[in-house]
Amino acid sequence: MLDGPQTLSVSIWRGTGTTGAFQSFEVPRQGSQTVLDVVSWIQQNLDPTLTYRYACRVGMCGSCAMMVNGVPRWTCRTHVNKVDQGGALTIGPLRNLPVIKDLAADMDPFFEKWVKAEGLFHPARTRHEEVARVDPASEARRTADRAIECINCSVCYAACDTVAGNPDYLGPAALNRAWSVVNDERDAGRAEVLAAVSVSGGCHNCHSQGSCTRHCPNELSPLDSIAGLKRETARSFWRKGR
Amino acid sequence: MIALAHRSHPLWLAYLVHRLSGLGLALFLPVHFYMLAMVLTDPEGFDSFGLWTQNPLVKMAEFGLVFLLAAHFFGGLRLLALEMLPWSGRQKTLAAATVAGAFLVAATFLLRAI
Repeated sequence: MLDGPQTLSVSIWRGTGTTGAFQSFEVPRQGSQTVLDVVSWIQQNLDPTLTYRYACRVGMCGSCAMMVNGVPRWTCRTHVNKVDQGGALTIGPLRNLPVIKDLAADMDPFFEKWVKAEGLFHPARTRHEEVARVDPASEARRTADRAIECINCSVCYAACDTVAGNPDYLGPAALNRAWSVVNDERDAGRAEVLAAVSVSGGCHNCHSQGSCTRHCPNELSPLDSIAGLKRETARSFWRKGR
Repeated sequence: MIALAHRSHPLWLAYLVHRLSGLGLALFLPVHFYMLAMVLTDPEGFDSFGLWTQNPLVKMAEFGLVFLLAAHFFGGLRLLALEMLPWSGRQKTLAAATVAGAFLVAATFLLRAI
């Protein structure tokens, strides 16, 4: 028998685009139930028109993130009993992104900013040359390691109040990716990356509120990555781009 | 309060205190400069203002002002350390504790001296 209420009072955002409202559902509580289990149960048993997104269910694909009681979370790895408020759950689409329908947010602006931040590999060799060797113990590699396990879930982007206030801000995930590229010894586009993250809406717009790092489900620290970009861009400025 | 739930953590609170203390100081500074100017433009008025500041309520307000200044100063140092020093979280905590300890000892010394 579970402690507390045996049913969950779940409010779920229903709507398309900018219009919509919360709809209430009663869902039976179960042991080890995740927030994604709750959403799936509603879709399978109460309303098959409920739209949401998931794939792997094990915290690898980054597609099931939603706002749960006001906090962005990966719902497949979030246990109900860790986040419910007296048996109540309020579930909405990710903040700071357009809504397609119900709980499915449009991820296009999020990924467009990855490209805008030059968060992509700039190869220095062709496939006919020998593979570059990177020393796993080198400082740059260890710095890149701390930023590399991002699953693109957009939890940090939804948590960021700077994104909310400035739609041009590249956001924590894109800047975190740019920082891992800057620290990739094989990458030939360091100057381009530093230029891309120095523009208006780049790393210097970050107010260091730290919500990205606080809520990252993979315990990465975009806050530290952005601080690293601030240092490197400042250094590059004083060295006149060298 | 659900709309604010993602902000309930120490770093966001530190951000808020830093911004609000800065705003408070920005509002205070014009008054401060006006009072300083009174030394030249209206010495009698400045003297009567000096008497008014002996009021216990004003003393309390001065405490608030010093608090704003200290919060903004250390908030700024925190931000500089956070952004300019590539330290680990633990190193930063230790550095903040050291500065806070030094501030406490120095402030106690100052209070005894005056």
